[in-house]
Amino acid sequence: MTRPRGSSYCCLAPRAWGDPARDPRDLCPQMRFMLLFSRQGKLRLQKWCVAAGERERRKMVRELMQVVLARKPKMCSFLEWRDLKVVYKRYASLYFCCAIEGPDNELLTLELIHRYVELLDKYFGSVCELDIIFNFEKAYFILDEFLMGGEIQDTSKKSVLKAIEQADLLQEEDESPRSVLEEMGLA
Amino acid sequence: MVVGFVVGGTEPLIGKSKEAEIKRINKELANIRSKFKGDKALDGYSKKKYVCKLLFIFLLGHDIDFGHMEAVNLLSSNRYTEKQIGYLFISVLVNSNSELIRLINNAIKNDLASRNPTFMGLALHCIANVGSREMAEAFAGEIPKILVAGDTMDSVKQSAALCLLRLYRTSPDLVPMGDWTSRVVHLLNDQHLGVVTAATSLITTLAQKNPEEFKTSVSLAVSRLSRIVTSASTDLQDYTYYFVPAPWLSVKLLRLLQCYPPPDPAVRGRLTECLETILNKAQEPPKSKKVQHSNAKNAVLFEAISLIIHHDSEPNLLVRACNQLGQFLQHRETNLRYLALESMCTLASSEFSHEAVKTHIETVINALKTERDVSVRQRAVDLLYAMCDRSNAQQIVAEMLNYLETADYSIREEIVLKVAILAEKYAVDYTWYVDTILNLIRIAGDYVSEEVWYRVIQIVINRDDVQGYAAKTVFEALQAPACHENLVKVGGYILGEFGNLIAGDPRSSPLIQFNLLHSKFHLCSVPTRALLLSTYIKFVNLFPEIKTTIQDVLRSDSQLKNADVELQQRAVEYLRLSTIASTDILATVLEEMPPFPERESSILAKLKKKKGPSTVTDLEEIKKERSSDMNGSAEPTPVNASNVSTPSPSADLLGLGAVPLTNSAPAPSSSGSLLVDVFSDSSVAVPLAPGSEDNFASSSDLASSEVVSEEPADAVHDADELIHKFICKNNGVLFENQLLQIGLKSEFRQNLGRMFIFYGNKTSTQFLNFTPTVICSDELQSSLNLQTKPVDPIVDGGAQVQQVVNIECISDFMDAPILNIQFRYGGTLQNLSVKLPITLNKFFQPTEMSSQDFFQRWKQLSSSKQEVQNIFKAKHPMDTEITKAKIIGFGSALLEEVDPNPANFVGAGIIHTKTIQIGCLLRLEPNLQAQMYRLTLRTSKEAVSRRLCELLSEQF
Repeated sequence: MTRPRGSSYCCLAPRAWGDPARDPRDLCPQMRFMLLFSRQGKLRLQKWCVAAGERERRKMVRELMQVVLARKPKMCSFLEWRDLKVVYKRYASLYFCCAIEGPDNELLTLELIHRYVELLDKYFGSVCELDIIFNFEKAYFILDEFLMGGEIQDTSKKSVLKAIEQADLLQEEDESPRSVLEEMGLA
Repeated sequence: MVVGFVVGGTEPLIGKSKEAEIKRINKELANIRSKFKGDKALDGYSKKKYVCKLLFIFLLGHDIDFGHMEAVNLLSSNRYTEKQIGYLFISVLVNSNSELIRLINNAIKNDLASRNPTFMGLALHCIANVGSREMAEAFAGEIPKILVAGDTMDSVKQSAALCLLRLYRTSPDLVPMGDWTSRVVHLLNDQHLGVVTAATSLITTLAQKNPEEFKTSVSLAVSRLSRIVTSASTDLQDYTYYFVPAPWLSVKLLRLLQCYPPPDPAVRGRLTECLETILNKAQEPPKSKKVQHSNAKNAVLFEAISLIIHHDSEPNLLVRACNQLGQFLQHRETNLRYLALESMCTLASSEFSHEAVKTHIETVINALKTERDVSVRQRAVDLLYAMCDRSNAQQIVAEMLNYLETADYSIREEIVLKVAILAEKYAVDYTWYVDTILNLIRIAGDYVSEEVWYRVIQIVINRDDVQGYAAKTVFEALQAPACHENLVKVGGYILGEFGNLIAGDPRSSPLIQFNLLHSKFHLCSVPTRALLLSTYIKFVNLFPEIKTTIQDVLRSDSQLKNADVELQQRAVEYLRLSTIASTDILATVLEEMPPFPERESSILAKLKKKKGPSTVTDLEEIKKERSSDMNGSAEPTPVNASNVSTPSPSADLLGLGAVPLTNSAPAPSSSGSLLVDVFSDSSVAVPLAPGSEDNFASSSDLASSEVVSEEPADAVHDADELIHKFICKNNGVLFENQLLQIGLKSEFRQNLGRMFIFYGNKTSTQFLNFTPTVICSDELQSSLNLQTKPVDPIVDGGAQVQQVVNIECISDFMDAPILNIQFRYGGTLQNLSVKLPITLNKFFQPTEMSSQDFFQRWKQLSSSKQEVQNIFKAKHPMDTEITKAKIIGFGSALLEEVDPNPANFVGAGIIHTKTIQIGCLLRLEPNLQAQMYRLTLRTSKEAVSRRLCELLSEQF
């Protein structure tokens, strides 16, 4: 005979308004890190927005590069990896890859990558992988002007480039008085 | 400068072998080390050059263990480029080395105080990049001042806002709230959109933790958003991104609004307009063919939909959102399809849009079949799970099973769990459930975790309507030449319990069942073999005719001398048991497993563990139809009803959590448990199913007060409530108070029945003069013949005794017999009485008949004396499935497609008594609007009609 039995599932009370602690969604997701690496799996730039040990970082980079490099061209630009969401896009031989927390806006992260590429392109003039290898410090400075702690600092291309150009001016002022002798360490 | 380093060497750095690179690097490192250690003090330029080289080497993936001090020295340089490289090195390489941090902090402090915006920017970036607690301690008080100071430049404000955000994330306790917070909110009105963007990020994080303090940000955010979405694409100049006005800021504002409930009506109207505008724009033709345009536009759209779902209050917007996502489901951009599937998952949780989401089921199923990217398919699985309800469960489960055959290995286990949960949750027909789980094992046996097959056994044991079917189905499944070991486990367990139900068929005779199982034995792992040995000993009890065959197997050297001690012990003990124990003892020891107590499905617990609680919570919230679940009816669960345990994984079946024993009974060892009286565990604290607690507690409280009153009449009166629980079921706890628990297990066949009553002493003291008596009134004695055996007058503390009542129904009867129990506990006489749930409907045999037959008989029984009707208010939620289950539980057949009105239920059966058999027809008509039922019973005997109507009316 049939015995109706007790429910096996617990139902949670509906969300209460004005009590964010009960809202399971994190409204302030953060970018965890950003990586640039080549098709050959060479890391070209890394930006960490949360603290992580060196060993752990290397492990994550290795693992993530493998996952992303294995993906085929027409696939979706988002994937779940560990407890994070990875947004990536390939530009020529370079992969730009951001690890964000689940609730973050994936499409906008994709455009954040694009905006960064545009900035690099504008600064270097049709940027290529070698520009980023040999002028890695510039790539970092531009990124720093654009992002801070994983949050976008200024979305205006003009403001970011203006800041970089000013810094370059300072650099030229700094270095102009150097003589060749100084450069060779003979002064 | 680095270029110089690369071309300066003789070998090229890039493109050469790993060894050559390492050699080259080591040479360079040695060179730099000697420069740093050299007698000559390096000038700033050289220091910068070498620090930069070290950084380059580090970024190539090599370890750097020196140069930190030189980098710190660069910080105090007045030259911008030297400072910049110093800060870069620190940001990339320093985590929190305490000695250096003090020096770094000093340099930062100087730069912050320099009032040079470029230097301040560098310092703020360094704080944000390192973000350590030491830095928060040093600067968390200072940065808010910089942020709100009137003379701070815009670019520094932006950096300060984000720097503070970073510190707040790592050490919220160190960031003091204060006057500055109200001024930060007003940055939402700032002229400079870059400042607004940075400030919005900060405010959102702060508001989520301190909603009260930042309440005023809501109206400011709405008006800012409104200005952006209505602006022409050129208005915002450089903040327009591919014709989309300020997408980053829009998304951040929409995110900020998700920290709060829907705003006041005035503001709300404006916000609704904004959201509508965003939805409208999605329908407009694109202003650019570039993917950047559509990405930015849709990023804002998805965030707006998130806000609409968060507010969950505007049905119109929710449905529009759903339609928009529906369009995206078929978009050619994979990214959009992925996001639409993901976003719809949350939309499915809103009652306003759940139905709208369901209309896309075919598209989603198609996605499962055709998407080429596993991450998209995974989203489709999630969405199917979220949109599943009773109406589409069969289709969704079938599609998931289909997909499972080819699914990626990485997501198989999760799909298995989901299928198992849906199949159980929405099972209308438990044969379907059994089929589904067996299919799961067949298709993806390796991914079926223990929880899943434990669960199917729990359910089969707890539901006697499916046991015969389960036995038949596993028997058939086991015929396959290669079947998964999990199937052998399920098969072994189920046939051991219910093999007798199919033994009548010569194709599945006892010997065939045994040979079939034993043919798998040698291929199985040790735990499975141990389980099969238990099945064999159960067979000895079920099928005495194959006892010698089984004994031969147990006796063989491969068992008795098995190298595995567990197998050997089982073989020895089972063999011995089968040889010396009498049939009665065997029957008692090897009796059918008692029902398992209900608790949260262990499968669900596992899925939660796998996916993180929030994901599953969301999905659970969706199912707002809990009350309509077949499994949802609140019934107290039987705790102890039998005296046998099988030395099988039964203990694990109780779930994941450990079950605390409340008394000091020794934990039975796996071999000993067979003979240990498991009733010593009877007071195990078993959490009841959620809805049932009140019900259960009140009845036991009630009864316990009666015990002291020593007035059986009262107890009996109230105990009438108790027997209603047993009208539609046979096993369970009849009564419980602080001293005593009475459990029941009974079976009925035609006019005969047998009831096992279990008395559990919950105390640690003996009960003396324990005398249970079953009393029938004079009237009842003539129609019900009850035979009981006396029980031992002493019941030890923690022990349990059993009493068998043999029942024969002579003729139809009204009342229920009374069970009176007297005993001495601690010197006082205890006396209590409860009604025994032996009711007329227990002697029901279901009868199937066609619509034509039914109505013919219905008309024959049309005299007023034959019909009894009752109209009553529903006491429980009016759910079709529960009602069906109850009618079947009552004992009659449930006749489908007989009544012209599909909402009605009709049933037919025969009451068997020794003297006569009484045909019964019943019809139940629910009225949902009025929450009423009309129940009609027609039998050839008025008293029977009346009694059955009385009994059944109480159930709805």
